Amino acid sequence: MAYDEMFKARGVAREHYQALQRTLVGLASEELRKIQQAADLTFLQEGITFTVYGSKEGTERIFPNDLIPRIIPAGEWAQIEKGLTQRLTALNLFLRDIYHEGRILSEGIVPRELIYSCKHFRREMRGLNVPRDIYVSICGTDLVRLPDGSFAVLEDNLRVPSGVSYMLANRKVLKRVFPTMFRDYGVWPVDHYPQALLATLRSLAPENCPYAQDPTMVLLTPGVSNSAYFEHTFLAQQMGIELVEGRDLLVHDNVVYMRTTSGPRRVDVVYRRVDDDFLDPLCFRRDSILGVPGLFNAYRAGNVTLANAIGTGVADDKAVYAYVPEIIRFYLKEDPILPNVPTYLLTDDAQRKHVLENLEEMVVKAVGESGGYGMLIGPHSTKQQREEFRARILAEPRNYIAQPTLALSCAPCLIDGGVESRHIDLRPYILMGEKVTLVPGGLTRVALRKGSLVVNSSQGGGSKDTWVLRAGNGDDRVAQIADAVVKGFTEKKPAQ
Amino acid sequence: MLSRVADSLYWMSRYLERAEHTARLVDVELQLWLDQSPEAGAGRWRFLLEALRTPSAKGAVDPTQLVNTLVFSRTNASSIVSCIATARENLRHVREQCSSEMWEQLNRLYLQVMEARPEEAWMLKSHGFFRGVQEGAQLFQGITDGTMSHGEGWQYIQLGRYVERTDTVASLVETHFKRVGQPADQTVESAEYLEWVGLLRACVAFEAYCKAYTAEIRPLRVAEFLLLNPEFPHSVRFSVDRVNAALHIIGDLTERRAKLPTRIAGRLRAQLSFSQIEEVMTEGAHAYLENVRSECAQIHAAIHQIYFDYAIESEMAS
Repeated sequence: MAYDEMFKARGVAREHYQALQRTLVGLASEELRKIQQAADLTFLQEGITFTVYGSKEGTERIFPNDLIPRIIPAGEWAQIEKGLTQRLTALNLFLRDIYHEGRILSEGIVPRELIYSCKHFRREMRGLNVPRDIYVSICGTDLVRLPDGSFAVLEDNLRVPSGVSYMLANRKVLKRVFPTMFRDYGVWPVDHYPQALLATLRSLAPENCPYAQDPTMVLLTPGVSNSAYFEHTFLAQQMGIELVEGRDLLVHDNVVYMRTTSGPRRVDVVYRRVDDDFLDPLCFRRDSILGVPGLFNAYRAGNVTLANAIGTGVADDKAVYAYVPEIIRFYLKEDPILPNVPTYLLTDDAQRKHVLENLEEMVVKAVGESGGYGMLIGPHSTKQQREEFRARILAEPRNYIAQPTLALSCAPCLIDGGVESRHIDLRPYILMGEKVTLVPGGLTRVALRKGSLVVNSSQGGGSKDTWVLRAGNGDDRVAQIADAVVKGFTEKKPAQ
Repeated sequence: MLSRVADSLYWMSRYLERAEHTARLVDVELQLWLDQSPEAGAGRWRFLLEALRTPSAKGAVDPTQLVNTLVFSRTNASSIVSCIATARENLRHVREQCSSEMWEQLNRLYLQVMEARPEEAWMLKSHGFFRGVQEGAQLFQGITDGTMSHGEGWQYIQLGRYVERTDTVASLVETHFKRVGQPADQTVESAEYLEWVGLLRACVAFEAYCKAYTAEIRPLRVAEFLLLNPEFPHSVRFSVDRVNAALHIIGDLTERRAKLPTRIAGRLRAQLSFSQIEEVMTEGAHAYLENVRSECAQIHAAIHQIYFDYAIESEMAS
């Protein structure tokens, strides 16, 4: 039975959802529909869209937004914040270690062959030092809430996590739609994310940087046809840095320059939204036209910082994921604050046998993929799909992992003017530079299809705003203000 | 400003100017065609292709096919539809640099010409279609001037428009004089009258010409007006002035003032400012305009070389 974010029993809302419940009850379905339409129009007009691969060329869609906020009390958030900081700290130590001494491998905590067989392991990074030893400075971790109400980590996204622009856009729209309720709830703002990101990038400027106080930063995008291009333009604009494509950059004497009309200008920090494979045709994929020839050498020479570093994908490989609790214990000598969800490694004979016998109840994922591609959801699969995955697993067991199908928690959503329950997860964004910054909030992703467990935008998911409450332990104060909120609402509305 | 962004804005503007020019020229030709004998008509089509520098097959020209080539063909990179599509594509890549009003207008114009059927560009409805393209481009220009900061990016848009205009007008006038040879300095006969008026109309210059010289059409005056008039926005001189002004501002903004493009543009400007039309005609308008076009091509190459696609080694050495 999935955890319900709003109700603790049938018809009885949790304290921090009561004000919201009363507001919703007070609004007619016609009114809700109107509000949703107005919000959708805002998204379309502002061009807050994403591109879907594999469909007709250049299909732009708005990212479906749900207007009912997801509310997280302060106490729960504090736990998440601690847990994610711990996890990212350990993962950065892990990356430093496997690209240097490899202590964790020698001590047999993580099997060597697991790392070296990882598609995203980059031999080129061996022995290379990165500023502040931070490999992952921008991270988006997917959390789910288990049936007992506790949070667990479903996936670490340590390469080029996206979606943060939707978090900001959702907030902007919600503030317009429910201004009074928003204020009375006492929600932590998230609007400073771009500034925090900028500060993080600045703190990672290379030592060789000629103006260490004022490094030149750019955002490297694969270009207009990338699915997250809107986000790239948005972040570049919000941070006030140039949005560049590979062809705008060039490398001379191991220094990266961007080609401007005033001549070449030295670039110190690259927030790259291009995958490792495509970064430098001289070093990685030769057919890449998105990259910058010579970039890796400049990086190696310490003349430019890439955020995130190259080769971080090894730590979000879904098979390595299974070892993260051990990784945390090994480097920090602490117990993980946020647990993993149970994961079966298919290279292990016993585990593989168990998974293959119970495919209908499993979620099978390709280890190196993200975005909901290459996935089998057992309970919703056809026999043919299962057979296909069985064959693939047997052919390449290292390439897949399996997890029991999780009952993701549910939250109320606006569907066709009515309120219905849908499965959700949570992706907070963590920044790590001179210090760790967690913007209180994140992207709550919603599986908009009834009963569906897939929240990825490319697979018919949507999102909603996430409200992290300032109030002490949340629940008491919120219960007090609930009445005030409702009063404010009913005063403004004509009698029903 | 990133070179790629400047490059995109420059070409976007050039392509749009070209689309507008082609639309006007074909529109005027189709009107003239109504008044002409079949033999004279055939010659005119060749002239049109030559004035637009469109390579043509030998033999008789089929008007329907010709209009198709100039308007709808996607294989002809200079057809109206191709030009507008390329302009839009260029702007799409730098959307964050322009105002959303600009993008919406160019997108609207693009959808409008993509929807148009070849029948619409032909005879009955033709005027409406060509008018639509010209107005769409002019509206875009107005929106650009009214909603975008007149900073470096805007200057590249200016530059693109006037480099293209210098070239297209010079090319049109050159082709015209190549055909009529060395006309006497007297009022033109009625048989030729329409052609000279057509030339003026193709540069939206008929009314402005009449204000300057009365409706008496004399070849030397037409040439003087289209080449050397400093106030008329479609004259060669005016366009070169604007190119020059934009280059100076860009030079200041990028601290590259002494560079090549400004020098070539300045030379061309001086030449046009101090030329006498009588001398031009003695020398031959054809040769004079060839020279203007070649200088214009040099300006383009220099802009490209200095601002968009410079060799990094030479920059590092200096």
